[in-house]
Amino acid sequence: MLTYIIRRILYAIPIVIGVNLLTAVLFFYVNTPDDMARKILGEKNVTTAQVENWKRDHGYNLPVFFNGPEEGTAKLTETIFFKKSLPLLWFDFGRSDRNNIDIGGEIKTRMWPSLAISLPMFTFGLVLDLFLAMMLAYYRGTYLDLWGVVLAVVMMSVSTLFYIIGGQFLLGKVLKLFPISGFDTGMDSVKFLVLPVVIGVLSSLGVGVRFYRTVFLEEINKDYVRTARAKGLSEGAVLFKHALKNAMIPVLTNVVVSIPFLFYGSLIMERFFAIPGLGNFTIDAIQAQDFAIVRSMVYLGSILYIVGLILTDISYTLVDPRVRFE
Amino acid sequence: MVTLLNSLRKYAGGGATIKRLSAPLGGVLLIVFLILSGGCTPNDPYRASEAGANTFYSTFFEPPKHLDPARAYSSEEYDFLAQIYEPPLQYHYLKRPYELIPSTIEEVPVPAYYGRDGKRLPHDSGPEKVSKAVYEIRVKKGVLYQDHPAFAKGPTGSPLYMNLSPSDLKGIDEVSDFKVKGTRELKSDDYILEIMRLADPEIESPVLPIFEKYILGLKEYSEALRRDLDGIRKERRAKAGLSYNQEADEKENPVILDYRKHKLPGIERVDDYTFRIILKTKYPQFVYWLAMPFFSPIPEEAHLFYKQGALADKNITIDRFPIGTGPYMMETFNPNMEIVLAGNPNFHYEEFPKEGEAGDAQKGLLKDAGVRLPFAERLVFKLEQEVIPRWNKFLQGYYDNSGITSDSFDQAVSFSAAGEAELTEAMKEKGITLQTSVRPSIYYTGFNMLDESIGGYSTEKQKLRQAISIALDFEEYIEIFNNGRGIPAMSPIPPGIFGHAEGEEGVNPYVYEWDDAKKRPFRKSLEYARKLMREAGYPNGRDKSGRPLVITFDNPWTGADSTPMINWYIKRMRLLGIQLENRTTDYNRFQEKMLKGNFQMFSWGWNADYPDPENFLFLLIGSNSKVKFQGENVSNYSNPEFDRLFKVMENMDNSPARLKIIDEMLDIAQKDSPWVWGHHPVAFGLYHRWMSNIKPNSMANNTMKYIKIDPELRKNLRGEWNSPNLWPIAIIAAILILGSVPAIISVRRKRLGKAKR
Repeated sequence: MLTYIIRRILYAIPIVIGVNLLTAVLFFYVNTPDDMARKILGEKNVTTAQVENWKRDHGYNLPVFFNGPEEGTAKLTETIFFKKSLPLLWFDFGRSDRNNIDIGGEIKTRMWPSLAISLPMFTFGLVLDLFLAMMLAYYRGTYLDLWGVVLAVVMMSVSTLFYIIGGQFLLGKVLKLFPISGFDTGMDSVKFLVLPVVIGVLSSLGVGVRFYRTVFLEEINKDYVRTARAKGLSEGAVLFKHALKNAMIPVLTNVVVSIPFLFYGSLIMERFFAIPGLGNFTIDAIQAQDFAIVRSMVYLGSILYIVGLILTDISYTLVDPRVRFE
Repeated sequence: MVTLLNSLRKYAGGGATIKRLSAPLGGVLLIVFLILSGGCTPNDPYRASEAGANTFYSTFFEPPKHLDPARAYSSEEYDFLAQIYEPPLQYHYLKRPYELIPSTIEEVPVPAYYGRDGKRLPHDSGPEKVSKAVYEIRVKKGVLYQDHPAFAKGPTGSPLYMNLSPSDLKGIDEVSDFKVKGTRELKSDDYILEIMRLADPEIESPVLPIFEKYILGLKEYSEALRRDLDGIRKERRAKAGLSYNQEADEKENPVILDYRKHKLPGIERVDDYTFRIILKTKYPQFVYWLAMPFFSPIPEEAHLFYKQGALADKNITIDRFPIGTGPYMMETFNPNMEIVLAGNPNFHYEEFPKEGEAGDAQKGLLKDAGVRLPFAERLVFKLEQEVIPRWNKFLQGYYDNSGITSDSFDQAVSFSAAGEAELTEAMKEKGITLQTSVRPSIYYTGFNMLDESIGGYSTEKQKLRQAISIALDFEEYIEIFNNGRGIPAMSPIPPGIFGHAEGEEGVNPYVYEWDDAKKRPFRKSLEYARKLMREAGYPNGRDKSGRPLVITFDNPWTGADSTPMINWYIKRMRLLGIQLENRTTDYNRFQEKMLKGNFQMFSWGWNADYPDPENFLFLLIGSNSKVKFQGENVSNYSNPEFDRLFKVMENMDNSPARLKIIDEMLDIAQKDSPWVWGHHPVAFGLYHRWMSNIKPNSMANNTMKYIKIDPELRKNLRGEWNSPNLWPIAIIAAILILGSVPAIISVRRKRLGKAKR
């Protein structure tokens, strides 16, 4: 297993470099260092000298990928890409371009609010998805199954934004049950989490229930389920003990890869609910043309994705003895 | 409920299922009952301990980038900075036109002018005679800084928190986490240090290029500091070799430039409480800058305290934790969530103004005359980046004030038959008040005067631009796109600024006529505009060869309103037969086009730094051209007579003679029409009934100290407005549970029933 993980990590290195390269290409295709300087220095009274000084002070006066006038390896190392991307490999994210804050510290601070909302959303969402999907499978062929599927299709057809605005309006404004938005520290944050978590769970419920229902329906028609029933096991035991365990491979494929991204937060959710998480951090950085933060977050995203894939592979071996690391 | 459960039990033919169901159903109903009977407000976003506190609650749209007064240059940043720092001057809260009054200094400085021979000149001397303007500033005695760890002293009298290492900062994340704090009196050195900081290349002050033009020797001084910085960096790079990482190195060992190594002749220290700023030219507008945060005092203790790598590593910098003498001090700086300012116990004595403009007393604005400031004990600003939640929380009473977005405009404001904006019934019922004020800004549509077809100064080109100015009906534009929140502009100078004339006198005669009966201007007819087009050589929008006149329109508009706005421009231009070609680009490309002059018509805006006509008319002088000098004259307008008059006007004090010159300048600009003058925006602000002493002040940013809140009234109204409605939830839960029962029963019967033969 260890060899397998090491091999996967080694595979990841060119992927991560490629992602960084692509981020830099896309970013500097849209924004030149001059654009960044002007945006960061402000709208008024910005002179060419100030722009040049800013670029020099922040290391954006170099060519992006290739420095022709330099000698030897310096042609590649004396570039924005090399200088800014290399420290990322050891998770040195540096400081933001627009206000000089420590990005690593900011990520550490902001991941907790992101987790505070995404972890319960993920957990409750998964449990509810599986439970309702099994219920629909259990009551298959009844009007509950029919209307459950219809409702799931309707729910998955509605945009997340509608859930957010509608949820804030109904539960926050009309029924006045929860604060419409906001966040606090410690236990005081709980009252702010309920509404986004409820909305987050509801908005993904349609997709989840419909997907898992299909998985369970496929499973409960297999021979071993018939055997279990023939042994006289109750339908609940058949579903929750036997079918659920055997349906874990598609469930894990869907779920484990998402776990690392819980740190990343939810872009729209955090903005509408004023949650100071990493999703909001990323959106703000894109709007402010802060390359230092954008490249850090993209790098983190690629690492998390790779970690998610490795975790998924490992989890397969845990639930299915037939899967081996080879 | 019992009957219902019994009948279900009967129908199911067995009690077990219903017993299982009745427990959660009863639980839900019990919770509903408890919350309904409890009288609490579960949607309250604040802690219970905050109820009834004398705290002002508001929002901020985006985290402030900088709170270093040498660097901050946006209204979002000034909202916080101006409550903490005290520049030498401030604007009178109530008086209009805007009037400067002392803040931390004895009186508003009057410059002394000196000629080349060193002799003192009379105050009204022409700028060509003045070689030195000296502003002597006398700081008030007894003004104290807020308590701050930078002032904490050890047993030997040396700073307690210097040379900090990461291990010293365990458990410290904010300035307020330091146990020991101290204070000291404000001195002239603190103002001098801040002026030197403006020249520090590491700080990147946005106003340095402006002051380099005025403060004696500042340019040379800033160049010397730049050389010092480059030298230090070069030395460090040479020492570390190829692996040198400047960012990482300076994070750990910040560069501390020695400001006193070089002489700055534009600053003279007289004594602990007196200093002089020496300008190399006459510049009467300089006093306005003394009311801006760029001239806030910074104590050297704080400057050095914040230059510690261990603190910077924790993001504890002067850019995030200001240190001032103002009425408030930073209590919590969490720009991702909230910024809390607490009252500064060391704040010097200052009272609510005893006089205002006519009508202020009748409006109750002088009720607190002479009362000590500030009124609110704390200011809490919550980050709200989306308008819908922000608006709804204002309506629930959780924010004390709000602006009005287009989405909520119809909910809040209606127009009377006379065209006056007034609050809707729903707002009036809540006791909300509306305050409007014309902002010292202009949004205009400009022409590139360097362009061959639309620019130039011939009579034909003037008439072409005048015709377009008539066709672009900004009365209609304001109505459609701004909900009526604007005033059509006659010139660049907005109302409230010296040089703006009301009534017939202020009308732009090239676009408007005056209706004597209705006492208001009206736009010249389209027929007249078409006549101008014919005279310009474009009858029906076509040139001599019959080709249509095609004009490109550059803008960075990307919002929801952008397409209708662009269509409006196209439609209005089509009325003259002109084909408008839209060229919307992202803001970066737009700026690049403006810099290179690669455009014909564009949309832009300007927000004044200070209430003087010079700050608007300089947008049209040749020496400020965008293409030639990278200035703010984006139209690249250059009229020698206009430029000559500007040079005379800019150095004059407000007087009838100055007004006469401004009138002449406006007439030249209106005739040349380098801009379609567009509109001056009007800000609409809503305030809850528990707030008082509200008077919009577009120039002052330090207005929070004047605002008064009735916390008890707010607490009661919040409770009244926010009692929860739980019955819909109970009904939905009941429907879901009861709706599932028949299916459950049917499946149970099927499973438990005998197999069919």
